[in-house]
Amino acid sequence: MPRMTRILFATIALALGFALAQTTVIGVSIPAATHGWTGGVNWWAAETKTRLEAAYPDLQIIINTAGSAAEQADDLEDLIAIHQIDALVILPFESDPLTEPVASVKDRGVFVTVVDRGLAREGIEDIYVAGDNFAMGRVSGEFISEMLGGEGKIVVLRGIPTVIDNQRVEAFMEVIADTNIEVLDSRHANWNRDDGFEVMQDFLTRFPEIDAVWAQDDDIAIGVIEALAQAGRTEEMFVLGGAGMKEMIARVMEGDRLVPANVLYPPAMIATAMEVTALRFVSSVPTLGTYILDSPLITPENAADYYFPDSPF
Amino acid sequence: MARVERAPRPVWREQLARVPWQQLTPLLGLVFLLVIGSMLHPAFLSQTNLFNVLTRSAFIGIIAVGGTFVIIAGGIDLSVGSMAAFLAGAMILLMNVLAGNDMAPLTIVLLGVGMVLVAGLLAGAANGLVITRGRIEAFIVTLGTLGIFRSLVTYLADGGTISLNFQVRAVYRPVFFDSFLGIPIPVWVFAIVAILGAILLHRTRFGRYVRAIGSNQEVARYASVRVERIRTLTYVIQGVCVAIAVILYVPRLGSASGSTGILWELEAIAAVIIGGTALKGGYGHIWGTVVGAIMLSLIGNVLNLTTAISEYLNGAVQGLIIIAAVFLQRGRSGR
Repeated sequence: MPRMTRILFATIALALGFALAQTTVIGVSIPAATHGWTGGVNWWAAETKTRLEAAYPDLQIIINTAGSAAEQADDLEDLIAIHQIDALVILPFESDPLTEPVASVKDRGVFVTVVDRGLAREGIEDIYVAGDNFAMGRVSGEFISEMLGGEGKIVVLRGIPTVIDNQRVEAFMEVIADTNIEVLDSRHANWNRDDGFEVMQDFLTRFPEIDAVWAQDDDIAIGVIEALAQAGRTEEMFVLGGAGMKEMIARVMEGDRLVPANVLYPPAMIATAMEVTALRFVSSVPTLGTYILDSPLITPENAADYYFPDSPF
Repeated sequence: MARVERAPRPVWREQLARVPWQQLTPLLGLVFLLVIGSMLHPAFLSQTNLFNVLTRSAFIGIIAVGGTFVIIAGGIDLSVGSMAAFLAGAMILLMNVLAGNDMAPLTIVLLGVGMVLVAGLLAGAANGLVITRGRIEAFIVTLGTLGIFRSLVTYLADGGTISLNFQVRAVYRPVFFDSFLGIPIPVWVFAIVAILGAILLHRTRFGRYVRAIGSNQEVARYASVRVERIRTLTYVIQGVCVAIAVILYVPRLGSASGSTGILWELEAIAAVIIGGTALKGGYGHIWGTVVGAIMLSLIGNVLNLTTAISEYLNGAVQGLIIIAAVFLQRGRSGR
């Protein structure tokens, strides 16, 4: 190789190395879009990546989606080894299996932001951004109790058996316990439309009298509403979903009697986490700490504030 | 020798022994569940509830009829759940595009139905050809297409849910929710698919070839059965059955997403095996598959009708009943 070429290559390599050293790389690891809510998370992550990279040219954001906890742990290794990330924003698939993998990322000197599902061990993350599952259950319980005037018969459709579902149901039941409302039964509908439809069909078979349905999630609620329509019992009760799916927010906005309200559990929390993580690198604004996002009640009055027609969720 | 001195078996015992008990065990399981259900809740035997269960079982049942051919021929198709989700997504998208062109809703639905049948046929043919021409294990090929179809639907839906145009839905909705002669349309379709499947499997040369290949592929080949072609055709039948299930599924909720049809492949395979078909191929019958599919829906229904069993244990009870149902016919596995 002629000397000039060699010098040229060396210069380019140096320049590249310099450029890379200047760039801050943020790795974002989230669950794959397997249901409505995670679809929303994916959409918000992509939107925020576009916004941040345009606003701060020195930022590079890499989004990885994983189909399982094990896959997500592998993704973390790749983010470290291949992309040499400076910061990690992670929405863990499950808390326990990902605690040690995230801890070892932290040990490499990477800045860590954890979203939604807290790790099993304290003190690993620099920033924690989460929705409030207890509040979500509590707000739902309070709304149903208020609508029914403190007495009546309800059924509960639960999500996938996880900590998230347990916390919501626990807080909900605490509110309901202080009223004269009878919970006829609760079954898992796995945050899934088809399961919501089938479980509700069976509840309708079993119980001749139901005053309200707590579906907890908007995907379940859509299945529930279809089952009510089939049985011709839409006039008899109302359905409270949750999370803030745009179709359901639209119905709340229109003042649909069957869907009087919704309780937010925003998939956009991934955007909040990415923004505060980016701030840590592009400014001297204090960012470290815990951010707990509210689960407000969405009613016809404020629904327009929570309606995002472009989001898939 | 003690054995020589045994009295001849009485006639009634001979007759009793001739009854094909093992073939009847799926039916016994069904009767058992019906008895349990009727004891748990008075509304269980109501017409509404029984039709609910039958309608639900139609999706898995129709897919499982196709699966019976695949499995008897010694194959397996793991991709059916993802294929259903993909076909549903593609069908809804096509109908939405057509709805944007001011076409009459009925025409749109008919075009959608036609497209999904062709797409199902092609998807099945793709599975079959890669397996037979490419000489790759069916398990691996269909595991691959399981992932492919699942990602494609997530991609089509942009990670969210694909929902059917409102006006088209209004026209299409009765296909799931209406009845003909008092029986829900999905149940009719399930019955017709099962009868056609049974005729094809038990009364035609094609059906004999399918069983021959499953019993012993090499012998079938020496008997100049066109093994590759027949095996490919079983996957084509499977694909068309998935398409028919999708045609009934889409009008129910009018939507498809990445979570549509998750684990349907395992439920369909379970229905086939509960129905007495040998997983390693060579032997099986359609009516058993039908009973198996209805049993699977019944288990879920019975569990939803009682508070006696914690909702956390639903899966355990389902598992136990499935194993018990197959245990009762274990004598078959030798064939």
